[in-house]
Amino acid sequence: MSSSLSSSAPFSLSKSQGRPLGQRLLILSAWLAFGLLLLLPLYVVLSEALKLGFGTFFSAMLEPDALAAMQLTLIAVGISVPLNLVFGVAAAWCVSKYEFRGKSLLITLIDLPFSVSPVIAGLIYVLMFGAQGWFGPWLLDRDLQIIFAVPGIVLATLFVTVPFVARELIPLMQEQGTQEEEAARLLGASGWQMFWHVTLPNIKWGLIYGVVLCTARAMGEFGAVSVVSGHIRGLTNTLPLHVEILYNEYNHVAAFSVASLLLVMALFILLLKQWSESRINRQRHNSAEE
Amino acid sequence: MSRRTSPVIPGFGLTLGYTLLYLSLLVLIPLGAMFLKTTALSWSEFIAVITDTRVLAALQLSFGTALAAALINGVVGTLLAWVLVRYTFPGRKIMEAMIDLPFALPTAVAGIALTALYAPSGLIGQWATDLGFKIAYTPLGISLALTFVTLPFVVRTLQPVLADIPREVEEAAACLGANPWQSFRYVLLPALLPAWLTGFALAFARGVGEYGSVIFIAGNMPMKTEILPLLIMVKLDQYDYTGATAIGVLMLVVSFILLLLINLLQRRIATP
Amino acid sequence: MSLRRFTLAALTSALMVGSLPASAATELLNVSYDPTRELYVEYNQAFNRYWQSKGHEAVKVQQSHGGSGKQARSVIDGLRADVVTLALASDIDALYQNGKLIPENWQSRLPNASTPYTSTIVFLVRKGNPKGIKDWDDLVKPGVEVITPNPKTSGGARWNFLGAWAYAQKKFANDEAKTRAFVTQLYKQVPVLDTGARGSTITFVNNKIGDVLLAWENEAFLALKEEGGDNLQIVVPSLSILAEPPVTVVDKNVDRKGTRELAEAYLNYLYSEEGQRIAAKNFYRPRNAKVAAEFAKQFPTLELVTIDGAFGGWKSAQPKFFGDGGIFDQIYRAK
Repeated sequence: MSSSLSSSAPFSLSKSQGRPLGQRLLILSAWLAFGLLLLLPLYVVLSEALKLGFGTFFSAMLEPDALAAMQLTLIAVGISVPLNLVFGVAAAWCVSKYEFRGKSLLITLIDLPFSVSPVIAGLIYVLMFGAQGWFGPWLLDRDLQIIFAVPGIVLATLFVTVPFVARELIPLMQEQGTQEEEAARLLGASGWQMFWHVTLPNIKWGLIYGVVLCTARAMGEFGAVSVVSGHIRGLTNTLPLHVEILYNEYNHVAAFSVASLLLVMALFILLLKQWSESRINRQRHNSAEE
Repeated sequence: MSRRTSPVIPGFGLTLGYTLLYLSLLVLIPLGAMFLKTTALSWSEFIAVITDTRVLAALQLSFGTALAAALINGVVGTLLAWVLVRYTFPGRKIMEAMIDLPFALPTAVAGIALTALYAPSGLIGQWATDLGFKIAYTPLGISLALTFVTLPFVVRTLQPVLADIPREVEEAAACLGANPWQSFRYVLLPALLPAWLTGFALAFARGVGEYGSVIFIAGNMPMKTEILPLLIMVKLDQYDYTGATAIGVLMLVVSFILLLLINLLQRRIATP
Repeated sequence: MSLRRFTLAALTSALMVGSLPASAATELLNVSYDPTRELYVEYNQAFNRYWQSKGHEAVKVQQSHGGSGKQARSVIDGLRADVVTLALASDIDALYQNGKLIPENWQSRLPNASTPYTSTIVFLVRKGNPKGIKDWDDLVKPGVEVITPNPKTSGGARWNFLGAWAYAQKKFANDEAKTRAFVTQLYKQVPVLDTGARGSTITFVNNKIGDVLLAWENEAFLALKEEGGDNLQIVVPSLSILAEPPVTVVDKNVDRKGTRELAEAYLNYLYSEEGQRIAAKNFYRPRNAKVAAEFAKQFPTLELVTIDGAFGGWKSAQPKFFGDGGIFDQIYRAK
């Protein structure tokens, strides 16, 4: 993951006529690769989902287990995204506004969940909170349940989405430097006033961008959640796990229907992302003109 | 402008403290638990677990397919980034928006979609069968799944850098008599290389650990198409917790080293 | 500020977790293996009717399905199953060995060694049987691709493995080297080794890989029913293994939750005529002689060896064949 805040106005020296041959070939092959690698899988999901028409498509989505899975997915997203949002702002703040020893190490640690295998992300919580784990007996005595219940699913989701907001904000805040904040302080603003009125407006769109990516990943996590879920129907299945279950029940069409629901959500998220990105670019453009 | 610690900006202690606390609770302590679990093994036992032939085969497969996927993305991603930054063409906005789809799409969905596509009864699989080779349930299928999942990395790391290279630089090179290949080789490549390597390494690191999208298409044959994360699952299901965590620790160390390298690389980009 | 409103909404949804249903006494969690989904959907309804007719409150039976070994591990790791209904006894033995969740003699608590229904391993082939597969011998013919799951993770796969072994043992008159060579050759012809029985069925039926699927008899019948019988047919080998999937109450969990009476009634009712009939309707071979006679036509007769008779029980078969470094590992390492 990296900031993709680029895509400033492309060099538009040529209209489609008079394009050099090399350029045409490049664009053509780009479309080819894009179509083969990205569009074709999309097409498969949608065509499999609609194989038996819209009736089965919608009934698969409105089935009680699917709705329960939807609810659980929303809960996991609703908890993990705000927590990682606060964390991301705090982490980006200390990393970008100050110099200190071990900064590279800290950034690496923030990134770590991103490249840890999802299976390991689930495994570590089993080792901590499983009946045989560190806190297992303690939890059992108090009749508290973490893994194979909602808290475990939330924890696993939190783990895999830790870096997203922080990773978007760090480069943005580094670029902006500290001058505006310093000015605000000199004019007598308190720390919070400075944050709300100077910093936040500056990073607003980057923040939204990070939240959007974080939401997407939280919604779709499979491996980590699968390890800690217990797969109880209607209770501890998230939407991606529900897709797997349907797929395993000869319910091919229903599996792809729920999958396409997730796909539509993903596309919607990309739309949001595109929108926040364009706002960032505009903001940047404006500040460059000032 | 100096980036020294600014005494007037408050909140260093608060934010650093919170960051460390949050990371410790959520990431460090659980990962530490895994390391501790592995200490139940002696060094020689640990070495024995990770040099077991089946583990080695999975290691080779996971790293090999992740490498292949990262290489494919190194080429395709560069192409896509180049085209997106340099040209306007019909559908550019759509392409730009949808590049991130593999990040946003749940990996399980990617898994079943790719299997449906590449299995011998699938759209592309059929065609491959006619030509006499198999995609799904072979390392090729795993590489393709990983290519899908890690596609955005190289594109997204290259785009900002490409956009920052003024076109005049290439034009100047052309004026000085360089052919397009020479100006690519001597002007663009050195500027792009660090970002390219970052994207490549990110894709590689993610690919090694990927589970959801691969598990459907892999075939899961011990010694042949069994990836490392699956081997961890298999070991767990045999109540071999220490064996599972030993492999987990190995993967963790590798991804940590990779990430540290990436961050050092990015620092070098930031301070040329 | 929209951000503040967003935070508020997020906090509200965070609070919703607190109000998730707490487990009441009228809920029961049945942790089962892959192919029993359809069986227990039907059985749970029947049991509910019976339970309510006895003057109890309606009970919500929750189901969890997955590979048998993985499900056992989840229970050991703290999944609070009231009852487990798994693919084979050694997976339930693990509940005793790791964490003492059940007593060692769990298998003697219910009739028929706690296996209310049985099954066997049969072959599923493409319509018309193009490769002419009739018996285990035909599986090792050149060019035949066999689909079976991984015995390390799937209970059904272990029955498959032992079925092949039992056949070869008889054929080669207990010559272990030849038996092993036969089974090794068989596994050389397996192109995909899924983690669970259901995964293998999907691979064979939907993704059309392989010429023959080694499957639970019930799974094969179900696949045929789902498929409509247009593309598949069942082949019954001359000899197979009697698969005995056992059930038990998880003592530690029911005692903590106070659900013992309900859990025991739930399992006992599997032995009732109605329970047996539902099992038979879902293609499991019933234990009850009367119900068995009713469904006699559905189940072909063939020579069935038992795990106790041919392999000395799971306690010796599990480590010998499927333990770390066991025969299955050796077969794959040798390749």
